[in-house]
Amino acid sequence: MKNTVTFILSVVVPLIIITVVLRDASQDNKLLAELREEYSKPHIPSVDHSKHEALQRDFDNPHEITATCISCHTERGQELLNSFHFTWEREDYIEGRGVTYLGKRNLLNNFCTGIFSNEATCNRCHAGYGYEDKNFDFTNQYNVDCLVCHDNTGSYEKLRGGAGYPVPDQDFRTIVQNVGRPTKSNCGYCHFHGGGGNNVKHGDLEEALLTASRQVDVHMGVDGGNMDCVDCHTATNHVMKGRYYGVSSANTRRATCEQCHTAAPHLDQMLNTHVAKIACQTCHIPEYAKVNATKMYWDWSTAGELEDGRAFELYDDQGNPIYQSIKGDAAWQTNVVPEYFWFNGTADHFLISDKVDTTAAFLRINTLFGEASDPESRIYPVKVHRGRQPYDPVYLTILQAKLWDREAGRGALWLDLDWERALEEGMKYLNRPYSGQWDFVDTEMYLPVNHMVSPASEALQCQDCHSRENGRMHFVEGTYIPGKTTYAAVDTMGVLLIILSILGVITHAVIRYISYKKAQNTTTA
Amino acid sequence: MAKKEKVYIYKLYERFWHWTQAFLIFLLALTGFEVHGSFTFFGFENAVELHNKAAWAFIILTIFTIFWHFTTGEWKQYLPTTENLRAQAEYYIFGIFRNAPHPTRKTLLTKLNPLQRLVYLSLKILVFPVMIATGLAYMFYRYPSQGEIKQLGIESLETVAVAHTIGAYVLIAFVIVHLYLITTGHTLTSNLKAMITGWEELETDEGEIPESKTAKDPVGEKINNPVNAPEIDPDSYENKPEI
Repeated sequence: MKNTVTFILSVVVPLIIITVVLRDASQDNKLLAELREEYSKPHIPSVDHSKHEALQRDFDNPHEITATCISCHTERGQELLNSFHFTWEREDYIEGRGVTYLGKRNLLNNFCTGIFSNEATCNRCHAGYGYEDKNFDFTNQYNVDCLVCHDNTGSYEKLRGGAGYPVPDQDFRTIVQNVGRPTKSNCGYCHFHGGGGNNVKHGDLEEALLTASRQVDVHMGVDGGNMDCVDCHTATNHVMKGRYYGVSSANTRRATCEQCHTAAPHLDQMLNTHVAKIACQTCHIPEYAKVNATKMYWDWSTAGELEDGRAFELYDDQGNPIYQSIKGDAAWQTNVVPEYFWFNGTADHFLISDKVDTTAAFLRINTLFGEASDPESRIYPVKVHRGRQPYDPVYLTILQAKLWDREAGRGALWLDLDWERALEEGMKYLNRPYSGQWDFVDTEMYLPVNHMVSPASEALQCQDCHSRENGRMHFVEGTYIPGKTTYAAVDTMGVLLIILSILGVITHAVIRYISYKKAQNTTTA
Repeated sequence: MAKKEKVYIYKLYERFWHWTQAFLIFLLALTGFEVHGSFTFFGFENAVELHNKAAWAFIILTIFTIFWHFTTGEWKQYLPTTENLRAQAEYYIFGIFRNAPHPTRKTLLTKLNPLQRLVYLSLKILVFPVMIATGLAYMFYRYPSQGEIKQLGIESLETVAVAHTIGAYVLIAFVIVHLYLITTGHTLTSNLKAMITGWEELETDEGEIPESKTAKDPVGEKINNPVNAPEIDPDSYENKPEI
């Protein structure tokens, strides 16, 4: 008895103490509380523009508004000439290409395929006035549109097909007296409507974010952080943090989660070690397009069909157009589970001068670089937009169609529904060789998902990735994922070893039993 | 003629170690193969947490046990020998079916037959170290430090995880065979009872203290009077002979 007590005191108690000490002590998430406090403070502007003398007047020329802004903000005009919202191209180094100057100005996509010859309508979203064609003057500071970003009344409208000019006869007096720090609706005016409609392009940026709950977006939700875009996409001299890899290529100037949350934000160290290889977004954005649908597929090859000689449209039960004579077939989806790719923050783009590889299953409009062995790479959630768009089967280049015009009969596809003419006009505008033949090629475009971050309680759980079947990482290669990765040889040998052990034991036991019975019979006989 | 005597063969710590280790290996296998993706029982997160806790318990137990082995001299029980190795193997393959006697005698100083010595020693110097080393590498190949995640010079988890998995299969095979072989004592349950109570009826020549060719020092005291023996607490330090 005494020795049992001694044993418990000398062995069991120390063991228990060691085990208890080794457990992680629980802490409060102080950083998160500090961030909440910091970002819940309302922004108090330092200037009341309604008190400025220069703004006590009506305007009818938008350039004049810009000039008035510049009359006080004297250096901002020049500054804007270097802002990507105005230049629509950026200097980037791309592995294999060298230094490039790429952006919306000269890149392709697989939505409306590109701005060429359609500038007057596409460039409604240019932060400038009059970007109607390739002759736009990017060096004139009075071509900058200040209001689209700084109007705080929420009423400023740019004209459809107006090349960036505003709808005339707006109440510019009120608008200019209420300019300030950009709000969600300023950024959303363009960024929610990429691809020609709400949430068409990005899937994680849409009008619902103006009124959404924190379940939809924990940062921007009105009952959550109610944060503005510019809280994260901070700017220095109008150059903003944030990259959209449909047009960007470099791993710089990115807006990151880490800039607020640090690289080790979890109290659980097991989760923190995941940060080395898993982007925050992967677990914290379990799905996107949580409110309105986003376009997942766009097949231009079926555009041009008529019903009773007229263009027509078909809609799904949510009201999304699944067929339009002017745009072809489309597929839409809500609550989309992202696809996952290794990504190191650098990307390449298929240029209008690049050659189409017809042996490939599909053409990558943009390529996200990254692989498991690259220490800079992490696994990111990506919206993959798949499409079919015209290319030249002779010259093997992607073709650009003229889609839009102010009047019918000038070759615009959306008005005349004539591919032959539309492609001819588009390529003539670009002044690039065109054989006159066209076909359609399957394309994919990769858009990393960064918004619609869910509350932590709805982040992915371990088994969402660590599982054999249907795990989120099912198609992610190059790394050992416990619970997912198996090697048939190891498991087969292992199971065989166990089966042989069991069989051996059973056989041995049976022979033992039989010989025991025999021995008994011998003795009794 | 051999005489049977009750001997206090497994001491309290030894039994504590054995059963704690048995429980931990069972728990580690159950949670480990869940982490491996073989089945779902606790849920992945719980399985990982339990596996890591059981791993620490196993490591601490191992440290205590290494200490125990050296302070008591019990480590000598595991010195490998070729003496009777063949006879022992032949016993399991043939003799046991003919009700032949055990070729080696289990005594206080030679608890393990030559096959057991070999198998247990390889567990101690090969399988357990590999499992602990790969397990620690698995836990710490990435670790947080000063707000960052640092990484050991291990490119991928792959090698570590594969070695750890192979070790786990080997251990399971061992446990299966071990569970069966405990029924091959003097009676079906004598080995099991011995590991539970510490006492086992062993064959001994009258008055002769069993000797071992490999264990030079006596590692415990033979209790000559089994009837009275339980009244003396064999674990009591006062009863230990001076070594």
